[in-house]
Amino acid sequence: MKRIFTNARLLLPGEEQPREGSLMIDGERIASATDAASHEGAEEIDCRGRLLAPGIVDLGVFAIDKPAFRFGGITRAALMPDQSPVLDLPAMIKQRAAEGKPDLWSHPIAAATIGLEGTHMAEIGLMKRSGAKAVATGRQWIADSGTMLRLLQYCKALDLTLIVHSEDAGLTQGAVATHSETATRLGLASASPAAEAIAVARDIALVRETGAPVHFRQVTTQDGLDLVRAAKRENLPVTCGITPAHLLLSDIAISDFRTFTRLSPPLRSEDNRLACLEAVKDGTIDVIASGHDPRGPEDKRLPYAEAAPGMAGAETLLALSLTLVRDGTVSIGRLFELLSANPAKILGVEAGLLQAGYEADFILIDEDSPWQVDTRKMAAAAGNTPFDGLPVQGRVTAIYKGGRAY
Amino acid sequence: MTLQQTGSPHQFPTGSDAFPHRHLLGIAGLQPWEILFLLEEARQWVDLNKKSSKHADRLDGLTVINAFFENSTRTLLSFEIAGKRMGADVVNMHAAQSSIKKGETLIDTAVTLNAMKADAIVIRHGSSGAVQLIADKVDCPVLNAGDGSHEHPTQALLDALTIQRRKGDISGLTVTICGDVMHSRVARSNIYCLTTLGAKVKVCGPPSLLPAALDRFNVEVFTNFDEALEGSDVVMMLRLQNERMNGNFIPSPREYHHLYGLSRERLARAKDDALVMHPGPMNRGVEIDSDVADDPARSTITEQVEMGVAVRMACLDVLTRKSRGVEGWS
Repeated sequence: MKRIFTNARLLLPGEEQPREGSLMIDGERIASATDAASHEGAEEIDCRGRLLAPGIVDLGVFAIDKPAFRFGGITRAALMPDQSPVLDLPAMIKQRAAEGKPDLWSHPIAAATIGLEGTHMAEIGLMKRSGAKAVATGRQWIADSGTMLRLLQYCKALDLTLIVHSEDAGLTQGAVATHSETATRLGLASASPAAEAIAVARDIALVRETGAPVHFRQVTTQDGLDLVRAAKRENLPVTCGITPAHLLLSDIAISDFRTFTRLSPPLRSEDNRLACLEAVKDGTIDVIASGHDPRGPEDKRLPYAEAAPGMAGAETLLALSLTLVRDGTVSIGRLFELLSANPAKILGVEAGLLQAGYEADFILIDEDSPWQVDTRKMAAAAGNTPFDGLPVQGRVTAIYKGGRAY
Repeated sequence: MTLQQTGSPHQFPTGSDAFPHRHLLGIAGLQPWEILFLLEEARQWVDLNKKSSKHADRLDGLTVINAFFENSTRTLLSFEIAGKRMGADVVNMHAAQSSIKKGETLIDTAVTLNAMKADAIVIRHGSSGAVQLIADKVDCPVLNAGDGSHEHPTQALLDALTIQRRKGDISGLTVTICGDVMHSRVARSNIYCLTTLGAKVKVCGPPSLLPAALDRFNVEVFTNFDEALEGSDVVMMLRLQNERMNGNFIPSPREYHHLYGLSRERLARAKDDALVMHPGPMNRGVEIDSDVADDPARSTITEQVEMGVAVRMACLDVLTRKSRGVEGWS
């Protein structure tokens, strides 16, 4: 069945600004993304001038949380292997891949090593056959460079991207914050931000050796970003991502022991935050993701150092990212490369672009609609957001996955 | 409630409360006159504690719970004696952290304590920020008896009272603090307290045990103890925890003693009448030599313990004034 979404402002591939037009879909796929010549036989849906953008492809969430994803305009989510049990067997990948369908597609990411312990390689070839679109080291780095090298050789042969966590565990062991005045005042164990650059540098050296594609899930320091920038100039197959938290908050947010600000990697200095914004602007950062990790009071209402890291980010991802458009850091077209097109490309799925033949995953957005982040009123499984109370603008008014509204 | 004008540079502003805080969670953020007010209040209890009958009835009928989630002998004892001398019913809850971790969460424990209608709760916990977490959940004043590496406010107050009694005005004195500053709540509270009262503070320790951004704390930072001692009026030694001694942070206790131990020869670099302080318990022969620690002319270590009781009596009194309906405290 054909449907046409008229009177929309379309965000078309490669374009900075939306243009007025109509989107024609045929069943689950996009039929045409410019003005279709013939509307005949197509059901017409009037978008009343709303922005029509590709559905967000959230690269690296820690829980499948449909209400939050729906609120946030997320049509596909790549699930990190840090689950209980860890996603290190083909059967688990198969099971988790079916979880959200049909209204949400979940792409479980294969654990690189058994139990994410960083020592024994997991069966990533078999997990790929079961539907894994990428491999990840989880929330820790692989300390043994020999294991890392062999993993990358495997990933290269299997044409899978390895998603890595960039913190040298020798430096960050026991730390819950970045070295800073705030951390020292609070008496929290902290680590040098150099932990990130060390990890990034090692992995870039191994990419140079193997040619395997690596995605640094979060790069949050000037030094780490400089390394990625240089590697890209060398045309190495590296990409990197970030969450809105590291773009909008610095380490002073941990004052008062608010455990919702306990993140991994931890919040950085203001200088590093500004370097992250610069890296979004100049294209060093490829992906903005939510890092969605809803955690209830049993994990968060604890002394800071004992609380679990992570934030519920799915609902606020779009609204917070739109801040970057309003302050002139990126254009709206570029923002959706970061939110949708690039993550889809890393996963190797035909989505994330309003392009004929691609999955009809898209959202309608009222960019100006104001609302206030409120930890008590979130759709997510838990309200652990460091942005509690922040007034934001922009919300999703409709969401379509494979041409179907949900 | 007004305070007598003492002519100090940190005068209490007319018309405001002498101590407007509900809890005592830390020294950070306290005004100089608030600290001086607590010290002034403590002086009367120093005198009482020297008498043969050491009983006051200010806290008659009040229940004080000492909830200690981390092992402690001297601080717990000090708070217990302070509460009892003020006439309160004192109950000790001594829960080693391991047993708490197994079952009840800290918040559940806080709610339970609250339901028992304590009039003040004294808390020690091994994790920074834990005391504030409990304070947010209870209806009565909370006193921090040490939380992680964060703060230990009554220790800083008793140290300040000790210095005041020996040296007079703290403003203008030079105080050297030496040891494991990174993990020390005593060091943090003392840095806030002494700098707020106008002392010049030098901080010294092995570089592996100095926290980040220490230069942002209005102190002078040293890694050479001899240099740090020059011209000091007070030398405050910190305890080196056993678990830091085995090669993770410092190579060995004997090397530590060589570089950072306070010996008599080294003490000569400070002023001739410099005081020697230690929060206890001491590692004799590691951070401090016995002949220095036991020198009655220089060492204030037992006096610190004595002041501890008086300071804690004053804190319990001041923090419960509102609930006891003391005139002027609303």
